[in-house]
Amino acid sequence: MEYLYYPGCTLKTKAKELDAYAVKSMKALGVDFKEFDDWQCCGAVYPQAKDEIAARLSSIRALDEARKEKRDLLTICSACFHVMKRVNFDIASDIDIRTKANNYLELDIQYAGESKVFHFLEMLRDDIGFDKLKNHVVNPLTGRKIGAYYGCLLLRPSDVMQFDDTENPTIIEDFIRAIGAEPIVYSYRNECCGSYSALKNKDLVQNLSRNIINSAIQKGAESLITACPLCRYGLMQNDDLPVYYFTELLAEALGVK
Amino acid sequence: MSASALNDIREEVLRISGANPKKCMSCGKCSASCPASFEMDILPHHFVKNIRDGNIENLLKSKTLWKCLSCFACVERCPRAVEPANLVEAVRLAVIRKKGENYLKVDDIPEFIELDNEIPQQLIVSAFRKYSK
Repeated sequence: MEYLYYPGCTLKTKAKELDAYAVKSMKALGVDFKEFDDWQCCGAVYPQAKDEIAARLSSIRALDEARKEKRDLLTICSACFHVMKRVNFDIASDIDIRTKANNYLELDIQYAGESKVFHFLEMLRDDIGFDKLKNHVVNPLTGRKIGAYYGCLLLRPSDVMQFDDTENPTIIEDFIRAIGAEPIVYSYRNECCGSYSALKNKDLVQNLSRNIINSAIQKGAESLITACPLCRYGLMQNDDLPVYYFTELLAEALGVK
Repeated sequence: MSASALNDIREEVLRISGANPKKCMSCGKCSASCPASFEMDILPHHFVKNIRDGNIENLLKSKTLWKCLSCFACVERCPRAVEPANLVEAVRLAVIRKKGENYLKVDDIPEFIELDNEIPQQLIVSAFRKYSK
């Protein structure tokens, strides 16, 4: 498959390693991708209200660019994936949003949700395949006990995201196995860390993160991995467990770190 | 606030949320699923009930507006597809869309960054989207 890679705001600033290791890994795996240079920030949170049209436009521009390029839109950050996928669903299913957004954007051809949005992990699972990924691993992370942190954005709402089983997901555990490490399953892995509220309510984020980290430690995790810079920031409010981006471990296993 | 103004807000909340609180059977699964419920003054299933019954004024002042994390656990687990998070969001918008009611202001940001240089851009963008218009 051919991808238009959408990096997003934080991957070009505070989470440069999430982006850099993803790009190195894609090259090592021979993924056909092209980076979208002219991207605009997706807004980081999905605009839930049906009358929020302007907040959806930057996502629609990226989705339309993918259509023009005849490529699937590839995201890495959980928030970009969440926003893009849901806005794409809206414009395909809600005539009011579709009409108003298109009236504003004046595209050559109306955009009606034709592009497909993928997360990097879906690309590994569905396009490359975890079995084949194993064959590319030159430096298996043998003996490492890693907890997958899903959080909220990748999984919910399941009818739109269609990423994995929301209550018992396996995709990140399968990824951990593919790079030679041992996945640690713990009960808080799909609980929200609350990090978008960190500016106004840091105590809440610290409490929620502590529950998540403690739950992972109790099951024997020695580190966590995530796809979301904001989750990583929230989880790092507690120093008890290192939190890595999944692409960093992928690059390490592929020998391109 | 006058009764007609409050009714207007209720109609607007129903319209922009796309949610139907009449479907709620008050099972409380949303409140049980909510990771922030312990900080809320009005629990998610009570929030839904208040909108259904037209009790809007206390919701506009509710702490719950600023505690909901939009993690969609309530939306996912509701057996009646009521979408409580969308109702909370719509009431929050009813507040911050009024002039002078932003919960986060641009002038607040430099101090946050000074205190913590690790704040990711994603946090600032999402906080503005949630708290300011």
